[in-house]
Amino acid sequence: MSHSMFEVRVAAIEEVAPMIREFCFEPVQGSLPSFSPGSHILVEMPARPRPYRNAYSLLSDPRDARHYRIAVRLQERSRGGSRFMHEQVQCGDNLRISAPANLFAPYWPAKKHLLIAGGVGITPFLSFLPEFVRRQQNFELHYLFRSQQTGAYRDSLRQGLGQALHLYDSSQGQRCDLHALLARQSPGTHVYICGPQSLIDTVTFLAQELGWPRSCVHFETFTAAQPGQAFSVELARSGQTLAVEPEESLLEALEGAGVDLPNLCRGGVCGQCVTRVLEGAVEHRDAFLSAEEKSRQDCIMPCVSRAQGHHLKLDL
Amino acid sequence: MRIAPKAIQTFRDDFTYSNSPGAIARFPFPFPEDEYRYSVNIEPHLTPGPEGSVYEHLFDIDEHYLSEMAERNLVLQENPKRCLAMPHMDLACWDMIERVMVAFATDYPEYFALTREGNHWIWENKLLNQRDEFTFGDSSTLPLPPMEYIGRQVQGDFALLDQREGDLFMDAGIVTCPADWSLAFDAGMSFSEWHGPVPLAHEMGVFDRALKYLVAIPVGRPVRRLNWTLTINARMDTSPETYPAWGMDRASVTPDNVGEKVYLRVELQVLDRMPRSNALMFSIRTYLISMQDLVTRPDWAKRLHRVMKTLPPELVEYKGLSRFHPTLVQWLAQFDPAN
Repeated sequence: MSHSMFEVRVAAIEEVAPMIREFCFEPVQGSLPSFSPGSHILVEMPARPRPYRNAYSLLSDPRDARHYRIAVRLQERSRGGSRFMHEQVQCGDNLRISAPANLFAPYWPAKKHLLIAGGVGITPFLSFLPEFVRRQQNFELHYLFRSQQTGAYRDSLRQGLGQALHLYDSSQGQRCDLHALLARQSPGTHVYICGPQSLIDTVTFLAQELGWPRSCVHFETFTAAQPGQAFSVELARSGQTLAVEPEESLLEALEGAGVDLPNLCRGGVCGQCVTRVLEGAVEHRDAFLSAEEKSRQDCIMPCVSRAQGHHLKLDL
Repeated sequence: MRIAPKAIQTFRDDFTYSNSPGAIARFPFPFPEDEYRYSVNIEPHLTPGPEGSVYEHLFDIDEHYLSEMAERNLVLQENPKRCLAMPHMDLACWDMIERVMVAFATDYPEYFALTREGNHWIWENKLLNQRDEFTFGDSSTLPLPPMEYIGRQVQGDFALLDQREGDLFMDAGIVTCPADWSLAFDAGMSFSEWHGPVPLAHEMGVFDRALKYLVAIPVGRPVRRLNWTLTINARMDTSPETYPAWGMDRASVTPDNVGEKVYLRVELQVLDRMPRSNALMFSIRTYLISMQDLVTRPDWAKRLHRVMKTLPPELVEYKGLSRFHPTLVQWLAQFDPAN
């Protein structure tokens, strides 16, 4: 399902941590759609030579859709999307965004919610928390950050959450004992992780070791596509051949040629854009396909994955 | 020219239900081809659709509104468990209230009015002579639990599907006119679980493809499909709970009474993302037409004959048509020049 994008105005920009800027969007006309905790939007950045479209979690209270707020961490090794947001976007600018979609909703029947955030991964939880408080849910938030770079929203979290908040500043050598944290949870607890891949990998590994059911472990990784080698892609049905530039994702190249694929996350998570591969080897970079599916080399997630060599032929 | 709600008719006992010529003209005939095949026949529910058609608005109100609300009341009196909502679905119920009320007040201003001042809402349903003031989101300010409150004012069955783990769960609904399925039985089940009894389609991967599509439906982009079966008499409530009251009817079809006894039952199913809860609203709007009304359209009569004649035996069995299917095919043959 391709997205219907609409315009919003940047109403405010605030530096909420040394490397993180918060952007507040207001509607240009009408009102913004309501959204649910854990929702994200796609933000289109009118960069040259081609626009970027990145997914960002909405971090405001879901019961208040007068504004949308997102937080963007400057990524040193990005293709330029976060840099564009930090350096080009000004208050009063108009940007195009998608309607909210949700791939990271709380599991409401859980007996307890254990939230583990790393750095800018705090953002989706900021939309969980007001709803947890209203619904009197049992929860704990464990927030791991480096205060020299990240660690946004600590003060307001302290005020709002009290005992439910646990802070770990690795710039001050504070560590979270994830094994002990998971080991002391009682059955019926659901754990949610948002942060760097290493944090997600560690928590999911520990949870598995400790015998947690997989259905009780939830995580979100929104990493925008990373650059790679240029390659060419042949579309079997239309006969077109496209060039994919090093800084461009395969999905963006297809969209640039007028081929719309369904997509929600543009980060290798949701599985919507999966496409059949007829020729060529794939460098899989997604978190959606299983190891077995990846080894078959017969499909690709064009939002993040690329050709291993110089050529791919797709069933499009 | 739109058709207006008419006086109450019955879907049981004396079966006074009838379709006006206008209702027949707008009946959603579901067969695009001579042979019925399974497909994921989902398309965007773009509104407004053609004026006067069942696709014009998000929710279709027709001449049977009062009759269906009266029938729903009878079913709920007999068995209150035909409406349920698990505690975590409260917000989803309020999403549905908003969607229905805003759509009704916009699309049918002659029948419904909604005034909103912040969370203070005033709702008027002129067809049911109802006026309520309540606080949006606060279920204690409604005269009934939110699902039952809104469900008693809108035609068709409703399920609210909670979305988690990339799957959908039947965690709330009001189902008083089902084609032989039970909300109480399916409650809490996942998408593939509640479709468990459907033959052939699992092997074809239909449900995997459909689920992937459904979980990605964004806010404000509803989709629809048609489903169908056959029902004996104009009975809305063909549920497992009431099976003793209607199961035997299937043995009552004779070559002489097919026209009045057998009804084509079409469901207009709409799936619509709820913004605050991320639930998926699944509405099932049921239309009934008797064979004698249906064959007033020669193209429909001919098409239905061919569809019935070529229907795979598994589907004849699954849809519960075995007892009267040969009689029906024979009766329909008279309308098909190829025979």
